[in-house]
Amino acid sequence: MSTNYRVIGTRPIRHDGADKVTGRALYGADINLAGMLHGYVLRSPHAHAIIKRIDTAKARALDGVKAVVTAADFPVTPDRIVDLGEGETPLSCIRGNVLASGKVLYRGHAVAAVAAINTHIAEEAVKLIEVEYEVLPAVLTAPEAMAEGASILHDTLKTKELGEQTGRVSNVAEHFRHTMGDVAKGFADATVIVERTFDTATVHQGYIEPHNATALWNNDGRVHVWCSTQGSFVVRDTIACVLDLPVSQVKVTPMEIGGGFGGKIPVYLEPVAALLSKMSGRPVKIVMSRKDVFEGSGPTPGSHTRVKMGVNAEGKITAAEATLAFEAGAYPGAMVGPAAMTVFAAYDVANVTIDGYDVVVNKPSTAAYRAPGAPNAAFATEQVVDEIAEKLGMDPIDLRLKNAAKEGTRRADGPKFRKIGCVEVLQAMKASEHYRSELGGPNRGRGVAVGFWFNVGLPSSVTISVNADGTVNLVEGSTDIGGTRTSIAMQAAEVLGITAEQVRPTVVDTDSVGFTGVTGGSRTTFATGMAAYEAAQDVVRQMKERAAKIWETTADAVALDAGVFSHEGKQFTFAELAEKLGSTGGPVVGRGAVNPRGAGGSFAGVVVDVEVDPETGKTTILRFTSVQDAGKAIHPSYVEGQMQGGSVQGIGWALNEEYYMNTEGTMTNSSLLDYRMPTALDLPMIETIIVEVPNPSHPFGVRGVGEANIVPPTPAIANALYRALGGGVRLTRLPMNPPAVMRAVWSKAN
Amino acid sequence: MPGKIHVNTTINGEATEFLCEPRQTLLECLRDTLNLTGTKEGCGDGNCGSCTVVMDGRIVTSCLVLGVEAAGARIDTIEGMARGNQLHPLQQSFLEHAALQCGICTPGFLLAARELLENEPDPSEERIRWFLANNLCRCTGYDKIVRAVQDAAKQMREAKA
Repeated sequence: MSTNYRVIGTRPIRHDGADKVTGRALYGADINLAGMLHGYVLRSPHAHAIIKRIDTAKARALDGVKAVVTAADFPVTPDRIVDLGEGETPLSCIRGNVLASGKVLYRGHAVAAVAAINTHIAEEAVKLIEVEYEVLPAVLTAPEAMAEGASILHDTLKTKELGEQTGRVSNVAEHFRHTMGDVAKGFADATVIVERTFDTATVHQGYIEPHNATALWNNDGRVHVWCSTQGSFVVRDTIACVLDLPVSQVKVTPMEIGGGFGGKIPVYLEPVAALLSKMSGRPVKIVMSRKDVFEGSGPTPGSHTRVKMGVNAEGKITAAEATLAFEAGAYPGAMVGPAAMTVFAAYDVANVTIDGYDVVVNKPSTAAYRAPGAPNAAFATEQVVDEIAEKLGMDPIDLRLKNAAKEGTRRADGPKFRKIGCVEVLQAMKASEHYRSELGGPNRGRGVAVGFWFNVGLPSSVTISVNADGTVNLVEGSTDIGGTRTSIAMQAAEVLGITAEQVRPTVVDTDSVGFTGVTGGSRTTFATGMAAYEAAQDVVRQMKERAAKIWETTADAVALDAGVFSHEGKQFTFAELAEKLGSTGGPVVGRGAVNPRGAGGSFAGVVVDVEVDPETGKTTILRFTSVQDAGKAIHPSYVEGQMQGGSVQGIGWALNEEYYMNTEGTMTNSSLLDYRMPTALDLPMIETIIVEVPNPSHPFGVRGVGEANIVPPTPAIANALYRALGGGVRLTRLPMNPPAVMRAVWSKAN
Repeated sequence: MPGKIHVNTTINGEATEFLCEPRQTLLECLRDTLNLTGTKEGCGDGNCGSCTVVMDGRIVTSCLVLGVEAAGARIDTIEGMARGNQLHPLQQSFLEHAALQCGICTPGFLLAARELLENEPDPSEERIRWFLANNLCRCTGYDKIVRAVQDAAKQMREAKA
């Protein structure tokens, strides 16, 4: 394939743009069905308690109430392990998180739900449900949960230790280890060793649209769900598991989605709405409040990390060691695995040991959040590397370049890197006008960091049908959170030789397209893009056959170049041939169904300048540059958008955001006022540098850009703060908010 | 249950009437009663700006206004921003600058930005950031939103000149 593209690399207006700037686009909460009821969920006021009794009689008796549901209404089936796209999980954990059974494990845990003729009545009814709790001590951090004699969340959870079941009941779901080389020898060879511990608080993905679900349990037994999700097929399969239905009985229509970042992969409301619909015989809509979103939907893990690294006098890293303890929330699955895969991924180190602990605590069950686990790990590693550079008197980018991972570098968790762009990202950072600029003024500092995310493949399906006017309709199953309709359509347009506007992409329900995995793992432009590429190639094959039929030759004798089919001086434009399909054999429909391997990992880097007010502890971001290897930027504006969005989430994570928990396990800042995500006023323009080291496993070289950009901001800002404070004191806990900065200022003064 | 109140109002220039309970917000009335779902709910307590509408010439978060307060008022929502088939320059600029990703905050940003540009045709970047600080966006990092507003302001000034 020539790299002289006609469509790829351009910036067409997105196909759903007009709908989204006029208010016409329909999101989950916008649905309004005839006879629809409104649901409301009762949530636990305790972080850890036994449910002794639930009495719903008074709620049922309230005028306007049509149905009440508790976990007792789930079908009774034996527990089993299911894989719904986010790894293997016991069905009992998924069900238990949808509606608590026996115990509540976090404040905000769903206990019961009501459907009524309007939301206000449903809310009133929920208050009439009587629940008797026996309150248990709550454990809120990994160290507390791992301590001897800690309150135990699950009396059936037995620790898996280095791959073996131990039979020991504890809050540690798993302890795993990756090791290679000889770490003791590596540290013996080092002339400089730095070891520190780092903590990060629980933070939320912060999508602006709350979770919502509308369900109709139809009279033919089929369940139809409309919802806001990153993966309609995962919702379908989860509902089928939780409600013990065949997947063919469930249809999920993904509505427009108001942000996800990983947090809209899990299922919360959908099975509840379905059960309420079954009981009432009417469609039921449930929408979470913002407080419910904070208390009841997946945040990202708090984490406790120790990193130790050694370098020799030449600046070569000789050994690296990490211990990662991550807070999974109420159920196992803390994303500590990905943290371990990424913690030293930017570096070529021969001697490495990484220990990971997946720990359950009495906080909401965590969900993915943009490169889940990686930012927590990079916050540690990238500060240790910065400290080593300072001790060696080396430029921090030069130290990283000297040790950068490249093609053939083996990671401690096993894989050898194929073609990657770590070096190219570092070189772009170093060459940037930003890095070469002077940073004058007191209380200012510059920091750099890099980060890695491996990206994923997973199945995707696309069909393309050709219209008589030379346009095509593209049908796909990937929900579009940030412009992927367009980045997928552009890949089809490139193959077909037509414009992006001549491809009309539509995201459809689970009855109308083949299985498609979640919009996550930075996979959509990569994997669904590949499905579109395959479908477009299928169209080209069929169109060539039609041309061959007209020209009385063979299909392989027909050429397609820049949207023109030709053979021995005869030509049809794509549109001219499209018009003749009816008379040459009927419609042309191309299909692409893929499960690609070879997702290209993406590296990202940050250069940031900060200024600290030493009297208030407030940190101002003066200048911020995000650098990322996109492989190939299909639509550069949306690549930049991913980089800018991930960067600003990283800035919020660095400076403000946290679940501020009291000792009883209540989040005391569960509003958008108090949680304080960055506003337009908190930020400068976010500069972007797109690096393109093509992924050899994708026809256009795409790597996927959704995630790696959130990995380096927190340590880059920490490194900048270190210098802004004049050196000598490092901020090792997130968030680095004004009180934390003041403590650093005071510790230096004393 | 209290009875419903009859409200006469003007929405996007059209005389409109609806019934609402005293406890219902303007946001609920717009979305659930009048099916004007372009106005979005992100928080319900005035902190995200997704439900921004214009009430008697001033932007308000409609989740903090009661439905009954719309009586006699002029309400403008995102559904009334384009003139027929002609997008407002801000709407067009948001598309050209890729100033939206998921789009849920977009209606609120557009109405807030229009309010700014109608009163201050040539705002500085700092002024745009101040004015839009009531509206949260989690996808874009605001960079492309600010640029889209700057560009729309320029086009609107040139169109007037």
